[in-house]
Amino acid sequence: MTAATTQAAPTLAVPQNRRKPRPSRIALHSFLVVIALGWLFPLAWAVINAFRDYAFTSENGYVSWGGFTLTNFTAAWERANFTQHFLNSVYVTVPAVFLTLLLASGVAFVIARFTWRFNLVLLGLFTAANLLPQQSLLIPLYRLSILTPLPEFMSDSELFYDSYWVLILVNTAFQTGFCTFVLSNYMKTLPKELYEAAMVDGASVWRQYWQLTLPLCRPPLAALATLEVTWIYNEFFWATTLMRTGDKFPVTSALSNLKGEFFSDLNLLAAGSIIVAIPTLLIFFVLQKQFVAGLTMGANKG
Amino acid sequence: MAASNADTPLVTSAAPAEAGGAQRGAPRSGRVQRLKGPDRLVVLTMVMVPLVLVLGLVWLPALSTVALSFTNWDGIGGLGTIKWIGLTNYENVVTIYPPFWPALRNNLLFLGVLFLIATPLGIFLAVLLDKDLRGSRIYQTPLYMPVVLSLALVGFIWQLQFSRDFGLVNAMLQAVGQQDAASPVDWYGDPNINIWAVLIASSWRHVGYIMLLYLAGLKGVDPSLREAASMDGANEVKTFFRIVFPVLRPINIIIIVITVIEALRAYDLVWVINKGRNGLELIGALVAQNVIGEASRIGFGSALATIMLVISLVFVIFYLSTVMREEER
Repeated sequence: MTAATTQAAPTLAVPQNRRKPRPSRIALHSFLVVIALGWLFPLAWAVINAFRDYAFTSENGYVSWGGFTLTNFTAAWERANFTQHFLNSVYVTVPAVFLTLLLASGVAFVIARFTWRFNLVLLGLFTAANLLPQQSLLIPLYRLSILTPLPEFMSDSELFYDSYWVLILVNTAFQTGFCTFVLSNYMKTLPKELYEAAMVDGASVWRQYWQLTLPLCRPPLAALATLEVTWIYNEFFWATTLMRTGDKFPVTSALSNLKGEFFSDLNLLAAGSIIVAIPTLLIFFVLQKQFVAGLTMGANKG
Repeated sequence: MAASNADTPLVTSAAPAEAGGAQRGAPRSGRVQRLKGPDRLVVLTMVMVPLVLVLGLVWLPALSTVALSFTNWDGIGGLGTIKWIGLTNYENVVTIYPPFWPALRNNLLFLGVLFLIATPLGIFLAVLLDKDLRGSRIYQTPLYMPVVLSLALVGFIWQLQFSRDFGLVNAMLQAVGQQDAASPVDWYGDPNINIWAVLIASSWRHVGYIMLLYLAGLKGVDPSLREAASMDGANEVKTFFRIVFPVLRPINIIIIVITVIEALRAYDLVWVINKGRNGLELIGALVAQNVIGEASRIGFGSALATIMLVISLVFVIFYLSTVMREEER
């Protein structure tokens, strides 16, 4: 997919481009510079002020220079109990992403590999599930989770509600559709001959899935894993509605509690926001290709 | 879609090009009915486990919401105490529930701003960045950086701009003499304007998202199409609207659906600001307010949720039918 992306650069502009820049090009560049800086600004502003001392900015105003310090980060980390919240995010995100990819690749494999009466229905059911507004599922899920007991070693609330399990399973159910769709499209492009050869060798369905298909699906799996980690880490709705105990909130949803904590100290708020943004920004800078590939997979059919 | 959701995970269109044609006619190698023993079991497990999960945690709740919307259940008594009350909840929603109309108006405003401003801007930027441009990637990076941030976080980042006493916007307005320092504007708090502050923050993220998707679509357009158009003397604007835009039909549909669903699902931002009250009413937030904590107006909340479901299903079906048609081809 990415290969196709790079290769298709428009060919028209190239010749003129080598000569001296035309006024329209200069205008275009200026416009893009302005837009890019404008887009960068809110985040840059948050970063700069996260490094500034509250006493300094309240005396000199925010439109000033100086008062740089690191204490906001340590203070925010402690007061917001980020260690716990990041752990919570890991407890929810890692199993949910793993489970999503495992389940989705299984269904996708069956849809792509076998002719089956229900293929289209199945694909539709899974894909559409991902597009429904979460709010329209909330009431029954909320009630169901309150009525479902769990043993104490699984959930200290002894309920499905307010446990990591509910977030893991609900996120998995919600995300499986999207991943099934992407993976089944990818699997359909794998050459049939591979499977014919595997059948001649007497490979079972499980081996065709586990040892043949999955290794070939590394690119979409990597892209989806990147994307799903970001999405589930960023998930806010289920975490704020299906959880109650503040200490168990994953880091994104814990933000809403931070507001009271950091009240009017915007520098502390900025530092807290940057801390929460760091994992996704790291993904953005390190795994940008995977992230973009995941989002656009199949979208460039044209 | 999910991501936080509000992320709209539906970005793929149909099968990659190679897949479509090759399969027609030539039967795929397997038929489920012919499988035996362990193979059959494996296939059934692979389908049934995810299916049960998705039916149980997505489709069944969705249907239950619709059913509950016709009842007066308060969530306290057992399921036996449920009484059918017909359309009463819907009547109450539109007649005696003050936040409903502001919420509907705000959702529509959301849709309008995203659809008429943010989405076209994203497409426009994608078209500009698709030109053979030096430094195109450098321009792209800041534009889609907000896409990896959660909307909750976006709300916080913009608070530094919009804060009444410490925000940059007010400081700037005061510096140029457009605002009296004694009566600063509370951008997140004033019920007449706070929805606009939210819309700006949302658009900041939405533009990058659309730009990213559209750019990928543009890269996939066969360059010879454009060459042919330019040989016929069409200018760039004409080429885009006559040739490129129609060719990108699948991605146009994806973008429409994403925009609608984002506007409908909008929740995170207003929830971190004030839990969707005081000018920031949104249907999604009203649903949560009616069922979480002490409030447990199940039937009533379900009616609100069903309204959302019905609106979204219209677009989901539209989307699916397009995608499936591509699939069949």
